[in-house]
Amino acid sequence: MKFRKSLLGAAIAGTLASSSMAGEVEVLHWWTSGGEAAAIAVLRDMVEDEGHTWTDFSVAGGAGENAMTVLRARAVSGNPPASAQIKGLEIQEWGDLGFLASLDSVAAADGWDDFLPEEVASVMKYDGQYVAVPVNVHRVNWMWANPEVLESAGVSAPTTLDELWEVADQLQAAGYTPIAHGGQAWQDATTFENFVLATGGPELFSRAFVDHDEDALTSDAMKEAFTHLRRITDYIDEGAPGRDWDQATAMVIRGEAGIQFMGDWAKGEFTAAGLTAGEDYLCVAFPGTDGMFTHNVDSLAMFTQRDSANQEAQATMASLVLSTEFQETFNQNKGSIPVRLDHDMSTFDECAQASMDTFVATSQAGEGLVPSMAHGMSTTSSVQGAIYDVVTAFFNSTSMTEDQAVSRLASAVRAAQ
Amino acid sequence: MTQSVSTPEPVRTVRKVRKPSLGDRLAEQIPRLVVSPTLLIAVVFIYGFMLWTLVLSFSNSRILPSYGFIGLQNYERLFGNERWTVAITNLAIYGVLFVVICLAIGLLLAILLDQKIRAEGFLRTVYLYPMALSFIVTGTVWKWLLNPTVGIQRFVRELGFEDFRFDWLVNSDMSIYTIVIAAVWQSSGFVMALFLAGLRGVDDSIIKAAQIDGASRITIYTRIIIPSLRPVFFSAIIMLSHIAIKSFDLALALTGGGPGFSSDLPAIFMYQFSFTRGQMGVGAASAIIMLMGVMAILIPYLYSELRVKKDDR
Repeated sequence: MKFRKSLLGAAIAGTLASSSMAGEVEVLHWWTSGGEAAAIAVLRDMVEDEGHTWTDFSVAGGAGENAMTVLRARAVSGNPPASAQIKGLEIQEWGDLGFLASLDSVAAADGWDDFLPEEVASVMKYDGQYVAVPVNVHRVNWMWANPEVLESAGVSAPTTLDELWEVADQLQAAGYTPIAHGGQAWQDATTFENFVLATGGPELFSRAFVDHDEDALTSDAMKEAFTHLRRITDYIDEGAPGRDWDQATAMVIRGEAGIQFMGDWAKGEFTAAGLTAGEDYLCVAFPGTDGMFTHNVDSLAMFTQRDSANQEAQATMASLVLSTEFQETFNQNKGSIPVRLDHDMSTFDECAQASMDTFVATSQAGEGLVPSMAHGMSTTSSVQGAIYDVVTAFFNSTSMTEDQAVSRLASAVRAAQ
Repeated sequence: MTQSVSTPEPVRTVRKVRKPSLGDRLAEQIPRLVVSPTLLIAVVFIYGFMLWTLVLSFSNSRILPSYGFIGLQNYERLFGNERWTVAITNLAIYGVLFVVICLAIGLLLAILLDQKIRAEGFLRTVYLYPMALSFIVTGTVWKWLLNPTVGIQRFVRELGFEDFRFDWLVNSDMSIYTIVIAAVWQSSGFVMALFLAGLRGVDDSIIKAAQIDGASRITIYTRIIIPSLRPVFFSAIIMLSHIAIKSFDLALALTGGGPGFSSDLPAIFMYQFSFTRGQMGVGAASAIIMLMGVMAILIPYLYSELRVKKDDR
């Protein structure tokens, strides 16, 4: 892939705040809910303080589906925005199509390689060059629990899979819905990938969901993960199919259900209900995945711009996204953690601090940090969709066996590649 | 096609009589001028895009359209996909049940309303009213009604029938039937209106003649009135079947295609593969298959319509 040389020059200029050229940066995103909108507004103010114009291009709805449809239309017509909220493997897909601009000069000037974990940096790079800037890190393998419910059932938060089922039995005996779940394909897949991480560990997880290795996809650990997933159906309520994730979180908040498996965006719901982490609700790593970290990184990919002033504005924005100030405000609002390993976490809550500890530890150790399959970090949207289909079909079927599930998983992944 | 080419014949004949003024010529062209933008729009945005979809279905398009020819691979992938099989099976179940039940209920309501009852206008409006709602509203309302933890099941249980079960919405084997229920509720009033109009058009003298011959009421309906409604049946079936094939919003609002993908329909499949899963080629292939389904219904209809016109001449 060839990038324009002129862009590199402009990008260097962009990192210098004293530059005189004022450009425009148009940002396509779907951070439209209350806290998120406030978070992105901070970036707008920062970009405008640098003398550039910010054109907000927010498209709400459909977890970004609508925004992506608009982006495709703009790209086809040859007029893509300067920047768009694209994440995971989709960055590679857009890179393949030749739309993305290199950020290497900004990255070199700001020293991104020094504070970004390699695992995350590799997702942001296309063909060895930075083409996107990470905004935040979500941890997917969390379990949220209501301590009062656990106490009244006489149990404590489970840390292994065996304990999980014991706790579930106890909660059921005490008259609670043990597990709050929303039966939507992505929620089924999120729970499933947690089980895979617990039964197979990070190594098998990567082989299955990153490399799509057939032996890994049909391994015993995978079958075991399916067995656990099926078992969930004994502990969820009848109203689960089709339920949105925040409704499931509300069940935990109201004390109807004991635990929920969900990424750290669920924290926003607890916070909105006025609860305090560690006291009113517990965040514990998904049973059997303590010390591992499934990451879901939001990012802004940069599209090639013709106008050099706009290129400069784009580079300035990229630099600002990774500034400590923006990382702090954005992630406080969003419930996620900063992507900078050197960030001071003292103002964050207990859950975010625990999340950061694991993030730093796993990325320094070079193992245990894996990209989330269910959130498009490890696979293209087509492979992800194929896995969703098999997982949700298994979850909602009473007749499919684990052997059938893994063989269908392997063939669906092969067909979608 | 002919609109863009000026027809010389009439102009020449007119010229023989007298030279037409500019205004006359303009007046002559006005109908064409008025029609041509609509025609152009229809040609480009309907037929042009159909053609484009057809081209894409043979291409290697992923997240954006691209034009590498890959033959029938997308169709092979489509029919190798278990989810597509589920979707077309569901469409068959849903389509047949929806059309048949709508016709049955619509006809029954129309016949009952046609008994010269009091407050007919009011009742007609009551049955027709669901038609005024969008499928999204219908889907959402029925989602609440059918949800076992808040809707009908809970209501009946609270009345004291503890063992009552009505969990079709959350049951993979039954979820497609909940879409039938909601769609029938929405559309049967419309079918009733069609039949009512048809019934009013039946010649009274034939019915009176049958009555004089001593035919019972049931015989009159089954042997005379219903057979004479054949054209109404025909247009009702056409309208209902294309509503069925295009169904998207109702299923999305009511079940979201779930549980799992048990109530998936081809239109949902097409949308997801084209726009959220980066498999535009497969999505286009599924759209073409749906188009062929619609044509399989429409072409016999158009054929018979055109033949009738020829007979009239």
